[in-house]
Amino acid sequence: MDIYLPIAGQSVNALLIILLGGLVGLLSGMFGVGGGFLTTPLLIFYGIPPTVAVASATTQITGASVSGVYAHMRRGGVDLKMGGVMIVGGAFGSLVGAGLFRLLQSSGQIDLVIGFLYVILLGGIGALMLKDAMVALGWIKLEAPKDRPRHNRWVAGLPGRWRFYASGLYLSPLAPLALGFLAGIMTVLLGVGGGFILVPAMIYILGMAARVVVGTSLVMILAVSAVTTMIHAMTTQSVDIVLAALLLVGGVIGAQYGAVLATRLKPDYLRLALASIILLVAIRMLLGLAWRPDEIFTVEYL
Amino acid sequence: MRRALLLFGLAPLLMAQSQPRLVPDISARSIEIRYSFTGAQLLLFGAILYPGGRVPSRPADVIVVLKGPVQPILLREKQKIAGIWMNADSNRFSSAPSFYAVASSEPVRNLVDERTAAIYELGLQDLQLSTGGGALPEKERRFEAGLLDLRKREGLFAEYPTGVEISEGVLYRARISIPSQVPVGTYTAETFLVADGKVIAAATREIEIGKSGFERFIALAATRHSFLYGLAAVILSLGLGWAAAMAFRRRS
Repeated sequence: MDIYLPIAGQSVNALLIILLGGLVGLLSGMFGVGGGFLTTPLLIFYGIPPTVAVASATTQITGASVSGVYAHMRRGGVDLKMGGVMIVGGAFGSLVGAGLFRLLQSSGQIDLVIGFLYVILLGGIGALMLKDAMVALGWIKLEAPKDRPRHNRWVAGLPGRWRFYASGLYLSPLAPLALGFLAGIMTVLLGVGGGFILVPAMIYILGMAARVVVGTSLVMILAVSAVTTMIHAMTTQSVDIVLAALLLVGGVIGAQYGAVLATRLKPDYLRLALASIILLVAIRMLLGLAWRPDEIFTVEYL
Repeated sequence: MRRALLLFGLAPLLMAQSQPRLVPDISARSIEIRYSFTGAQLLLFGAILYPGGRVPSRPADVIVVLKGPVQPILLREKQKIAGIWMNADSNRFSSAPSFYAVASSEPVRNLVDERTAAIYELGLQDLQLSTGGGALPEKERRFEAGLLDLRKREGLFAEYPTGVEISEGVLYRARISIPSQVPVGTYTAETFLVADGKVIAAATREIEIGKSGFERFIALAATRHSFLYGLAAVILSLGLGWAAAMAFRRRS
């Protein structure tokens, strides 16, 4: 079933896009990540213009995180104060990111930068997760890690401390603000929510209580992806509402089944699987940079 | 003397009378892009009216050109730098047609010489792409070849060397396919009648290609009311996410 995308200006197979959304939704439900890191590259491989892919994937992330936020809210797993600080940082980050996006687009290096960032971020996170999962499964042995201090020295040194009761923290709001800022830039540039960066950063750098980490990061992703959709709609004008709707229909349903599936599988195997998927995407992006591309020439409309 | 002058004055009329005329038509005056648009087939057809209705022993040939609106574009070229393919060079074309298809009853090169082909833009090699001046000719040629190759593979540039069928020497027809990613705008269909290496008649028709209905509404909303459009996208995604969460909560 072919359907014409009014902003992308081409027709796509609607069922394929819904399936793609469903697959990504399944993964996001299973692993508690937004799935943007899969949607954007897959849409680009399919032939959607990169700008439209990034902008429309952002819209999908908003919808995909709703049910997660709802579930965590009911359980009390959200630190609203911390989330609020990070959202403010994220909103500024997405504004700065939009400026960067423009700059890179006019210099013609946006694709290269997107590719590089994907390889570095996904490669790094994927390798760390793979190591963690293999240690947890007892496949490799590491010497017992030294007791790490709960509070990072750099973060503790920042001025002006606030109390975050739900996170069990007494620290400067500048740290979560900066974290949100970085996530905001990533959301605009890469079309990812940034959950796979935020969650480890909130645990290891901020030292938040594990109980509220996932819920708070989801609230932050929900808000920042919504802001980013607005920014894309108003600056690059490349949000394709039809494409986003197709992705969402598959995505929100897939996410529900993913959540059910996640409770039936051993978490260590889940982490191993997610690490492998992330590494595969990173390797594919790396090959894309090094291999001779299909198209040497690209057209930019003036 | 007066008679001679009269004849002289009538000469253009008499000559026009001795030349054949073209009556072209197109299967569709406008193409509407709707939700199920996957491209279109255009039939360009018509009749050749020879003076007195006598078809000459060697009937003339027909060349049909369908051209999309011209756009200024920047073409970027990737090169391998330090093991990585990145955009390294670029060239500006101030008036590159967004769509171009030529069909003829014989390969264009067999019908007209290079000069005529260049004047009427009767072939991909003869397109006037108007590169921004100042670039080296070698570089310009490389970029022109790159653009032609790219658009050919996208189906936006096409040549059908034997795409025009002439029946009984008077009726001609050509089929040109339009891919789904064509830009919108006013297209012109030019028909040329060629004999002995010269264009002896020409006629032009216009075709409007535009988004219609829902697609037009979306495209307009995205550009004119971008704030409301963005808001609608956010509300849609929140609503769908919420609906799914509610639907599955009841079930479990």
